Amino acid sequence: MQRHLISAADLTRDDAVLILDTAEEMARVADRPIKKLPTLRGRTVVNLFFEDSTRTRISFEAAEKRLSADVINFTAKGSSVSKGESLKDTAQTLEAMGVDAVVIRHGASGAPYRLATSGWIDAAVVNAGDGTHQHPTQALLDAFTVRRRLVGRDTGLGKDLDGRRITLVGDILHSRVARSNVDLLHTLGAEVTLVAPPTLLPVGVETWPCEVSYDLDSTLPKSDAVMLLRVQRERMNAAFFPTEREYSRRYGLDGDRMAKMPDHAVVMHPGPMVRGMEITAEVADSDRCTAVEQVTNGVSIRMAVLYLLLGGNEPAVSHARTTEEK
Amino acid sequence: MSKTLIRGAKVLGGDPQDVLIDGAVVEAVGRNLPAEGAEVVEADGKVLLPGLVDLHTHLREPGREDSETVLTGTRAAASGGYTNVFAMANTFPVADTAGVVEQVWRLGQESGYCDVQPIGAVTVGLEGAKLAELGAMHESAAGVTVFSDDGKCVHDAVIMRRALEYVKAFGGVVAQHAQEPRLTEGAQMNEGVVSAELGLGGWPAVAEESVIARDVLLAEHVGSRVHICHLSTAGSVEIVRWAKSRGIDVTAEVTPHHLLLTDELVRSYNPVYKVNPPLRTERDVMALREALADGTIDIVATDHAPHPHEDKDCEWAAAAMGMVGLETALSVVQETMVDTGLLDWAGVADRMSFKPAQIGQATGHGRPVSAGEPANLTLVESAYRGQVDPAGFASRSRNTPYEGRELPGRVTHTWLRGKATLVDGKLT
Amino acid sequence: MDKHHTAHDGGQQGAPSEARPVLEGPDIARVLTRIAHEIVERAKGADDVVLLGIPTRGVFLARRLADKLEQITERTMPVGSLDITMYRDDLRMHPPRALARTDIPGDGIDGRLVVLVDDVLFSGRTIRAALDSLNDIGRPRAVQLAVLVDRGHRELPIRADYVGKNLPTSLRETVKVQLAEEDGRDTVLLGAKPAAPGAHP
Repeated sequence: MQRHLISAADLTRDDAVLILDTAEEMARVADRPIKKLPTLRGRTVVNLFFEDSTRTRISFEAAEKRLSADVINFTAKGSSVSKGESLKDTAQTLEAMGVDAVVIRHGASGAPYRLATSGWIDAAVVNAGDGTHQHPTQALLDAFTVRRRLVGRDTGLGKDLDGRRITLVGDILHSRVARSNVDLLHTLGAEVTLVAPPTLLPVGVETWPCEVSYDLDSTLPKSDAVMLLRVQRERMNAAFFPTEREYSRRYGLDGDRMAKMPDHAVVMHPGPMVRGMEITAEVADSDRCTAVEQVTNGVSIRMAVLYLLLGGNEPAVSHARTTEEK
Repeated sequence: MSKTLIRGAKVLGGDPQDVLIDGAVVEAVGRNLPAEGAEVVEADGKVLLPGLVDLHTHLREPGREDSETVLTGTRAAASGGYTNVFAMANTFPVADTAGVVEQVWRLGQESGYCDVQPIGAVTVGLEGAKLAELGAMHESAAGVTVFSDDGKCVHDAVIMRRALEYVKAFGGVVAQHAQEPRLTEGAQMNEGVVSAELGLGGWPAVAEESVIARDVLLAEHVGSRVHICHLSTAGSVEIVRWAKSRGIDVTAEVTPHHLLLTDELVRSYNPVYKVNPPLRTERDVMALREALADGTIDIVATDHAPHPHEDKDCEWAAAAMGMVGLETALSVVQETMVDTGLLDWAGVADRMSFKPAQIGQATGHGRPVSAGEPANLTLVESAYRGQVDPAGFASRSRNTPYEGRELPGRVTHTWLRGKATLVDGKLT
Repeated sequence: MDKHHTAHDGGQQGAPSEARPVLEGPDIARVLTRIAHEIVERAKGADDVVLLGIPTRGVFLARRLADKLEQITERTMPVGSLDITMYRDDLRMHPPRALARTDIPGDGIDGRLVVLVDDVLFSGRTIRAALDSLNDIGRPRAVQLAVLVDRGHRELPIRADYVGKNLPTSLRETVKVQLAEEDGRDTVLLGAKPAAPGAHP
């Protein structure tokens, strides 16, 4: 029996809807005077972060604490522990302390998968972002945000994103957020379009379940949600695009471009935003931008995932890929 | 000297014959040879091949004796039916001087399991900047004829040109590890559909093909010969085919694993499948098999690359590249080439013994199985099928991608100059 | 998910065909009317009552009670739902279940008389979880319990303040409440537990 969340591609439509519905109920806990549930009392969760990501770690930590889990934070930043032996040894050390689940962020694609399938540890593994591979809870919170905005908080319960048109813009090549979102949004019935300069799209993208375009302006009027991905300035040095100015002129979202979107359409950003690069301050601060909501929703989604994976005697979420391995 | 009679062996897959070994040479090949005074090995329909020759082996000594030594590596070679291996230069220190190559050569002599022919580095420290003393290595006791920076590409076109020219003076050959370094920065696996999905840095086919294209043109221009290591893509096959049709003196090798495995296996993120060059697609595999069958690719070379357990028991990005191969090579070739009808056993003898010996100028190896030839022989039970169990490997390392996989054929006997190094599957 | 799908809380599942009705539609309507009157009487006009139903069927009963209380008192009656899943003491014994809605009326429960409403009172563990849950939501003046059926076999020191029908049962019996909102009809069925698989033939 697998108790892991490694990839958004492992989730069935029903799994994903169950997580989103559960997260809606979790979200209501935040409205209570005591924002805490006893559900994971006596369970220990370690946040094993080999990469610096304060916001993701804090989000998981808040979710774990709201479910009354005991939380251990392990931040192994820098190159001294980036060696492979350290992942195995560190995980085994933590498990020896009686950890029930490992939330792992790692710079190497596949590290959480290895942790879950190599027999190194018995604990449940939740992928909090691995290299340029996957970031499933980010995709779930994005889908949650889209469903709330486009379908409705209560009317969305039990529903997927059938027929919603969602556009992802930016550095698809290096983005685990993009990979997870393409998988999950497709599973939920959405029509996904990727927009990026050709240099920032992976070879092989043509096999993904989505459309690909190099032209943002023609895509905007046909989008119910536009998700901007961070573009790191250092990519410029590797000749992925000529200059910051040229990038933002062709692929950045400013007020004029936002006006081309349908009235109901929202702008999303997983953060951290690079203002002036992929998004202007005007767009970032507008009511249509869900960036802050996404952070709030992240806690609810992570509570839902932790509850469904750890709350019972076996997980309530099926995992096709990891199960096949056994 | 003692005599051995191998009775009823299908020499190169032909009709059963007897082969009589006297001392270090084959005395006679024929039917119903007399058994008097000879130890008899009942071949019973097994296939008798000339001792295999591997043009591409990493023995790791000196420097990484935790993964392999000349002794353990040659024992692995004998287990796999090899009588001669060419030891790659990327040791610590690098085999870029006469001193180091002589050391490796002597260790091989002492081991007694398999002849070891050191390969010399093309450039000092494999750094691609300054030619190593190629002539001195050739003139040393090791008599180096093959030069390679394997593991690294001689990427500088001028250095490559000079090396190709320089070795002409003593009939050497440069074996190129074709990998354009800038196109493969941070590369972790074949670039394509699977890498896009897994988020692992892509290793484009063009990084290999562009270097091969450049080098065959350089070889043509300076009138030298060039050998291409571990060719792995369909495009590389096309370039070599074109070069040969143009009369360019190029030879090429393919590894057993590139004849069988594809990048789909990387989905497991198990670093046992991490190798340089990377596993490619099904289309590439099929093109490589076809090219080996039609002679575009001249030889099979193992690229036997032992690594200690901890270098593979980790996440993909942190893992070392390479697979052991000496002890499974013949089985994989049988699976992919013989059992598929692409190559007969005579063809196997050609690609795994005659031709590699010829390219590497290995005297006494890769000779026909006939009277008067050195008794370097390998007996293969081709009807066998079984699961690969790394626990039984003679190699010090276990990083095989075939663990638990069922493969055909096993080497039961190996003779090095008439001396049995492997008897009934057991090292002597 | 229905909280009754466990051995603890009434064992409704798989009610065999020979189950016999112990309360029919009109009976249910009558006992709810009686409970409504009792609440008004005991709560002295019921002007600070908040009804919280325990999903699934407790919520429907709470709404029905609220309708009746509104008829009696001619005032709006705050009604909500209280999902106790996350507070259950047997969470670790089953796969996690989907959550139901917790919906607390706008003015909250602080200083109010909360009447918990459920269909069947059995072990008492559901009500224990409900009390824990209330603790995290506010501080009611008092908490009372109304149930349609009390079938006995308590495992905790809990009793109901308002009972539609006391139904003495054995542990080999099942009690199944069906309500029009969920099941298309109103009835309470008493049946025998199906024999455990592998039991003697």
